[in-house]
Formats: sequence, C-alpha cells, structure tokens
Amino acid sequence: MASKEFCRPDPEELLRQITAQEAHEARGRLKIFLGYAPRVGKSLRMFDEGRRRKKRGQDVVIGAIQRKGVDDITGLIREFEIIPPLHVGDADTIDVEAILRRAPQVCLVDELARDNPPGSKYPHRWQEVAEIRAHGVNVVSAINLQHICEQQDAVQRITGRRSANFVPQSFIQTADEIVLVDVPAEDLTHHGGKSSLSPAQLSELRELALLLAAQVVEHQLQSYMDSHGILQSWGTQERILVCITPRSSARSMLESGARAAQRFHGQLLAVYVKQGELTRAAEEAVEENLEFARKLGAEVHVIGGDGGAKDPIAQIVRFAREQRITQVFVGHTQQSSWKFWSQNPVDKLIREAEGMDVRIFPNAGVQAA
Amino acid sequence: MAAEPGSPAGHKGKLKIFLGYAAGVGKTYQMLTEAQELKLQSIDVVIGYFEPHGRAETIAQTAGLEFVPRRIFEHRGATFEDMDTTAVIARHPQVAVVDEFAHTNVPGAERPKRWQDVMAILDEGIDVLTSLNIQHIESLNDQVWHVTGIRVRETVPDWVVQEADEVVMVDVTPRALLHRLERGVVYSHEKAQQALENFFTESNLTALRELAMRQTAHQLEERREELRLPQPVRALDSQRQESILIWLTLNPSTAMLIRRGRRVADYLNSACTALFVARDSTMSELSAENRASVERLLNVCRNLRINPEVIESPEPAKAVAAWAREHGITQIFVTRDAPEAQKLVHLARDMQVTIVAERVRHAT
Repeated sequence: MASKEFCRPDPEELLRQITAQEAHEARGRLKIFLGYAPRVGKSLRMFDEGRRRKKRGQDVVIGAIQRKGVDDITGLIREFEIIPPLHVGDADTIDVEAILRRAPQVCLVDELARDNPPGSKYPHRWQEVAEIRAHGVNVVSAINLQHICEQQDAVQRITGRRSANFVPQSFIQTADEIVLVDVPAEDLTHHGGKSSLSPAQLSELRELALLLAAQVVEHQLQSYMDSHGILQSWGTQERILVCITPRSSARSMLESGARAAQRFHGQLLAVYVKQGELTRAAEEAVEENLEFARKLGAEVHVIGGDGGAKDPIAQIVRFAREQRITQVFVGHTQQSSWKFWSQNPVDKLIREAEGMDVRIFPNAGVQAA
Repeated sequence: MAAEPGSPAGHKGKLKIFLGYAAGVGKTYQMLTEAQELKLQSIDVVIGYFEPHGRAETIAQTAGLEFVPRRIFEHRGATFEDMDTTAVIARHPQVAVVDEFAHTNVPGAERPKRWQDVMAILDEGIDVLTSLNIQHIESLNDQVWHVTGIRVRETVPDWVVQEADEVVMVDVTPRALLHRLERGVVYSHEKAQQALENFFTESNLTALRELAMRQTAHQLEERREELRLPQPVRALDSQRQESILIWLTLNPSTAMLIRRGRRVADYLNSACTALFVARDSTMSELSAENRASVERLLNVCRNLRINPEVIESPEPAKAVAAWAREHGITQIFVTRDAPEAQKLVHLARDMQVTIVAERVRHAT
C-alpha cells in the first residue's frame, strides 16, 4: 500500500496551516444563524443565544437591531446593553469604535446583510463585523439565504425576486459555527399565512439553505482535519473524478459524472495525465474533452508533464487521494482480452484505488443500446 | 405506499420526523415543544411513548400533556415496558408523540420494531411526531461506521423514512453539544466522559451533522418529486433512465454493497435489482453457513425493497453479464474483493461496472 506518503502534509502546507491557525485564534469567533426565508425566526434564535450566554456569565452587548416591526424581540432585548448606532445622514450604522472601546466578550449583530449609507467608514455591515472580530470580540449574527451573493441567482430562479443587499459566501465560510434555523415550510404557510411563497418554493429554498450549511460544515471539517494533520476522507460529500484520455468515451463519462455530482450535491473533477507525444488529432480530442468538462462545471486538472509519465495510474491514484475522491470514473481501453488483466491499466487502477469506488465505462461505440 | 384500502379512518395520518445527528441535540425537546403548541391550538395530542433519559428540561416540557400508559410485557419470567400501541390506537387522538423511531421492541411485543407500530398508528388516520438520529438510517450505516467506528444495530429502512410527510432537522453546533455534555445535560458525568472520548469528538459530530443536512435536503427533493411539485430545471435530466444491478456474492462486504446500491439508485431515481448466482439449482453445494449468509443477504435486499433473484450457472461472471444484458441493466455494482469481479469488468464491456470499495477506516 502506498498510502503512507500521503499521510504527511508537506512543510509549506504545515506552515500555512499554523499561520492561519494563529490568526484564527486571535480573532473573535463568529456564529451565524442561517434562515432560508424571511420570518423563520433566525433573529429570535440569535437573541435567545445571547440571553443564554449572558446567563452563563458572559459579557454580552447588542451592536445592531433590525428595526422593522418585530414585536417578538422587544421583550427579549430588554435585558441587554445596547451600543447606540451612529447616525449617518438619516440612516444608522454600527458604532464600531464604541463597541471596541466597550470591549465586550460577545456582540450580537442582527441582519448581517446591510449596506451602509454613503459616507460610512465601511460600505457593508459584514465588513464592520470583520473589524469587530479582528479585535478579539466574538460576534453572533443572523442572515437569510437570499442575502448570500453566490446563492442569489438560485434564489431568484425560485422566487422571481432578488435582494439588493448581499454578503459574499467567502465571508460566511469564515464563521466558526453556523446554525441552520430549520422550520418546515408548512409552518410558514399554514399558521397565520406568514409567507407569500408557495410550499414548493419554500421547500426549494430550504433545500438550498441545508446544502449551503452542509458546505460550510464540510469546510470546517476539512480545516479541522488539515490542522490536525489527518489526511483522510470521510466521504461525507461525494467527490467524483473523471479520467480523461485521448481515446476514452469522455463525453458520456462526464455527463454521468455531472449528473451524479448534481444528484449527490457533490463535486465533479476531471483529470488528464500528460503522456508523451500525442498526435495532433489526439491532442485536439483531449482539449475538446477538457473543454466539455469545464462547460459542465468540472474542476479540471492536468497533471504529470515530465514528458511521458512512467506510471499514469499511480499518478491518478495519488491525485485522487490528495483530492479526497470518493468515486473514480474511467473508460475501458481498446484491448479486450481479460486474460492479460495484470497489464491492463483499468485493472491496475481497480487494484490500486483502494477505498474509492471505480466505475468503468464502455468504450464509445460498444455502448449498450 | 398508498393508503390501505381497508383503513378505518379512510386516510393515513401524517408522519413528521425530528431528525438529529447525535443524542442530546434536542430532538425530543423540540418535538414536545411542538406538541405543546398543538395543544394550545386545541388539537387532541397525546404522548404514546416518551424516553426521559433523566433530562430535566425535556421532562418539564411534557407538563400538562396526556400520557398513554406503557404496557408491561412478560417474557420468560422477566418483565419489560414498552409502548402500548393498541391503547394508543384505541385512544385515537389527532396526534400521537412517539419517541425513538428506530427502537427495537421488547420481546413479546406485537411487532418487532417501533417504526412498524408507528405505521400501524398512521394507518388509523392518526398523525405521528417522532424522533430519529441520522445513524439509524439503514443506507447510511456504513458511512456512520466509517466516521465513528461504531456499527449501529438498530436501523430503519430508507423507504420508511421516505414515507415521512415532513422531516425537520434539529440542529445545534457540535461545540454547543459538547458544552451540553460537559455540563451533564445529556448524560451523567461519568457516562459523559466516556461519550466524549469515543463517539462525541468534534470531528465525528461535524461529519455526522453534515450527513444529516445532506439527508434532510435529499428528503425535501424526494418529497417534491412524490407530490409532483415543480422541480428546479436540471440540464442533464433528459438522459435515459439508469437501471442498477447489484451482484450478490459471499464476499463479506456484500451487505455494504447492497446499501450503497440502494442509495445510489435512490439518488438517481433508477430501478434497482439484485442477483445471486448459485452454481446449481438447490444451492446444496453451499455449506449450511454459506446458505444462511445468502438468506441473510436476500433479506437485507427485501428490507430495502430490492427484489433479489437467484439463478444457477457454473460461470457466475458470465451469467451476470448475460442476465444484465437481457434485463436492460445499465450499471452493475460489485464489491472490490468479490471473486471474478475483474472478470465481470471485461465480460460486461458494453455496460458500466462499478467496483465498490469498503471505505477504509483509519484510527484517528
């Protein structure tokens, strides 16, 4: 088994992790409550969290309250110290400097997605939160799905509407903890008809939010594993690798891969191992396949390149382990006699790709009807 | 599953599952909170079964709710308490709260599993609220083992979970859960220490939580398909339908293979069958032990609603390829270490063959 060498992160990588870890520890922790639609109760959950932390003796203040008619929270916030907002023109922004002077342990910031009035120090509220955290203050905040930049196209497809304010998903990924405020869609439509969205629309939004939360959690899991030097995949997310060669029936493999990645909400990768001199036609075939992979949203990698890789299978397996691949897709080669399987690259791959599924595709032309 | 034609109420009750990723996330608490809210709305709700686990906050949440008394079962001189399903049905509330969906009933009970009791209650037109942890879902059994090193024995078949009208994920962060454990909210201190060292590590919990989120998302998609609600447009869905065949062999990983095949078939919305090739018609050439293994595998299939077939042939790989071709199979699943797995790969070059690996578990 060749897995030993993959268990040791290289020194550069270790250094990067340590630096990141140090910056991370000095920074205040960020906890985000994520809602999938307005009025699921994310602000309530956030203030409730603040209340429980206060009860446990932590020093908690409110940095921002959403003002739009939420009666339920009036009672909840009464017990907190509120840092008054700054007035800029006829609008309010967080008074970051006052919060930093006050230096609490925890600052509650409602509605993470807000644009500040012109003339404010930071155009967006999430930038203020980043600043507060940078000074070691923990922040608890709340946001709805439709305010996350990378989700806005999908949300608009579902609801036909698009919110003006947004936060980049990369900022959400920096959260130490994310909590999904999961309420069944029927609670929003039945009881009191709070929502103007249909059950189908709410169900789709809920699914998106769950998958986004899963993605953030996956990210946390990876950083945890990285920082503890664990190079193991738990396969909580399917990661599919399609092996491209000049001859393989790449299109059908890539289509199946994209479909599986979509259905499992996983990741699609495509890899090509450079192998010596190719004919012009073969080179074009490879390029065409890689282009098709990109079109399907695959992450494309070309590896090798020392001119005529000696052992392309070993390179693929090594790459797959580094990328925590769960399924490898590969096409049959032209030779057909299984009697010589010990030399057959497909069989070599099956033998070496321990711990991963290997799906072997028919060669173009012999595909079953 | 359609409503039983003979069901007295004429319609099936609705099933709502509170799904968690570990003990102590607050499933039962949230379920009881919902029961209290229903009661406030003058809905007739009773507790059919409740497992207090000595958690004060959860017990407090039952205040004012009606309990259907548990039934005492006697078995070989010992007595056991469990849900009195007959009494719950006789009481006929609008909603029954039934904790711990994956529970295996005590010996002497009418049905072996609690989920079967729940099905019986639903058949009477009574709605049910129940609680379930992600590790009890049958097709996730291997993945949970892979993450935690624990083989969960009490499982609920996936089709049963898919019957649910609503699945709510009860979510807390692993850090908050670990704090709860340390404060002794979930277990007694001694037991908490053990739990912290084994199952409840931050990485385990994080991985299980991710699985629960993905499972709940998948459930929503399935549900919309079932109700034929409009689906988001998927560019690749026009592709022809897949049909999966699971090749059953005596290789020890075969139960894992069946669960994986089922899961993939569910996600791809494809048909799923299984095939065992006996070398002669009576399977008499198999030892008693092996015959029992085959029976066990066939039962794993049936439990997951896969129709297993047994055929005879002196050349298994060849027979599988031929059977698959005849039945319009597009993809054959086989375990990595099955004898003749690689032979099949080359005999079925006109189909896709998926070699399924036991995912290796390293101690962490």
